[in-house]
Amino acid sequence: MKKTILKARYAVISFIVLIALWQLLYTVSDFNEALFPSPFKALRALIELAADGTLFRHIGTSLYRFAAGYCSAVVSAVLLGLVLGWFSKAFRFVDPIVQLLRPISPTAWMPFIVLWFGIGDVPAIVIIFIAGFFPVLLTTVAAVANIDPIYLKVSRSFGIRQPQLMWKVIFPAAFPQIASGIHLALGTSWIFLVAGEMVGAQSGVGYLIIDARNDLRTDILLADIVVIGLIGLILDTLLKMAEKRILRAWGGAA
Amino acid sequence: MSLIEVKDAGKTFARDEGTFTAFEHIDLSIERGEFICLLGPSGCGKSTLLNAMAGFDLVTSGSIEIDGKEVCEPSDRYVTIFQNYGLLPWRSVQKNVELGLEQKGLSKAERAARAAQYIELVGLTAHKDVHPRQLSGGMQQRVAIARALAVDPEILFMDEPFGALDAITRMKLQDDILRISREQQKTIIFVTHDIEEAVYLADRIVILTPNPGRLKCICEVPLHGYRDRTSGDFLRVRDKIFELFHMKAENRIEYFI
Repeated sequence: MKKTILKARYAVISFIVLIALWQLLYTVSDFNEALFPSPFKALRALIELAADGTLFRHIGTSLYRFAAGYCSAVVSAVLLGLVLGWFSKAFRFVDPIVQLLRPISPTAWMPFIVLWFGIGDVPAIVIIFIAGFFPVLLTTVAAVANIDPIYLKVSRSFGIRQPQLMWKVIFPAAFPQIASGIHLALGTSWIFLVAGEMVGAQSGVGYLIIDARNDLRTDILLADIVVIGLIGLILDTLLKMAEKRILRAWGGAA
Repeated sequence: MSLIEVKDAGKTFARDEGTFTAFEHIDLSIERGEFICLLGPSGCGKSTLLNAMAGFDLVTSGSIEIDGKEVCEPSDRYVTIFQNYGLLPWRSVQKNVELGLEQKGLSKAERAARAAQYIELVGLTAHKDVHPRQLSGGMQQRVAIARALAVDPEILFMDEPFGALDAITRMKLQDDILRISREQQKTIIFVTHDIEEAVYLADRIVILTPNPGRLKCICEVPLHGYRDRTSGDFLRVRDKIFELFHMKAENRIEYFI
């Protein structure tokens, strides 16, 4: 508990410094206030958005899309990664395709996604899925390949075969490394949620950016950006806590 | 017929720059209930031989038979204990010991009871709910021994099981494994490079020489029953083995009258 307070203290101080710098920059620069809003103005816009409920509606929509895209990406990438990691010969055929697809920004698919799925929830979900899928897949395959061979030897000794071998030994043994991939994918997916909503949606925190720009409301724009950052931070913290708890329950290094 | 028959066994690995022979022309018969130590310096193929007997890595020439059947895969009738324990860190001690039992179609209660019985045998009942990482190396190896014994194997293969432990813990575990081998009447094949350990434990010591691994001799240890690390008999056998490895300092005292 004491540790959390200490950690929180660092966060609070650094945020205060950041806001002070922002205010300082605002005071010394001679930008038009409509182009570069002050922290106070952004806060007022935030309160305005929150007061009529728009903000929470958008956040709710975004979180739903995020949960759908991210969770389906993690589940399918882990399952596929476990199988491909085990059948490493098959992965040699799959790997070139993965390496070809991976560097393509998920947003590059946007025109197709909108053409195929229309405007709404699906394009954002698909973008998030693409963004989260590859890091999880690749870390899972690598994690399975890196399992200490002694676990497999012990399993053979006791006659543990597939499919039990997979969920009794391989998955738990690979889990710490898989978890780091899942964690990495969280940030990437959240980044691309905004991109996905800016193009293919009429709601959500990403769409709010476009909406604010069209209204020339830079204060709302900036307030929304802060909200996006904060939600990303909260999601990351929650996942970190869950990860720690699972690793501890599994007797891993906490 | 002997329990384990090794006939002219050899193992060759293919390498980039040709082949590498781990051991060759090994003949060995092991009787039921014997405690055999495979002793030799590193590179003599003793672990490879053990792996071949345990069915992990089969021989490339000759044959190894257990109970008259050619060894072609691992089986829970002969379980291996490794130097680095091979415990599953995400399972508690109890669940680790139950691992091998889960394949046997026992009920949950039977499984738990049997695991508890073997945890008791190695003296870890107080620690049955902790994870391996919270235990010392010696305790972890005890868990591995309990896990192996729980499936009631005929043979225990032990691959330098006490190599990573400190000297005092090692001696304690040596006593334990001697006691267990008598009480449970298991056949034990034990790989080590520690001469004293081999003399203390074995009924017969199989001495191997390196490059490539060959059988030098099989040495009976006539120390039945109680063993004492300081007794004259113990030291005599130990000396004999030291001589076989040409490690005894020669007597070069000059005499003056």
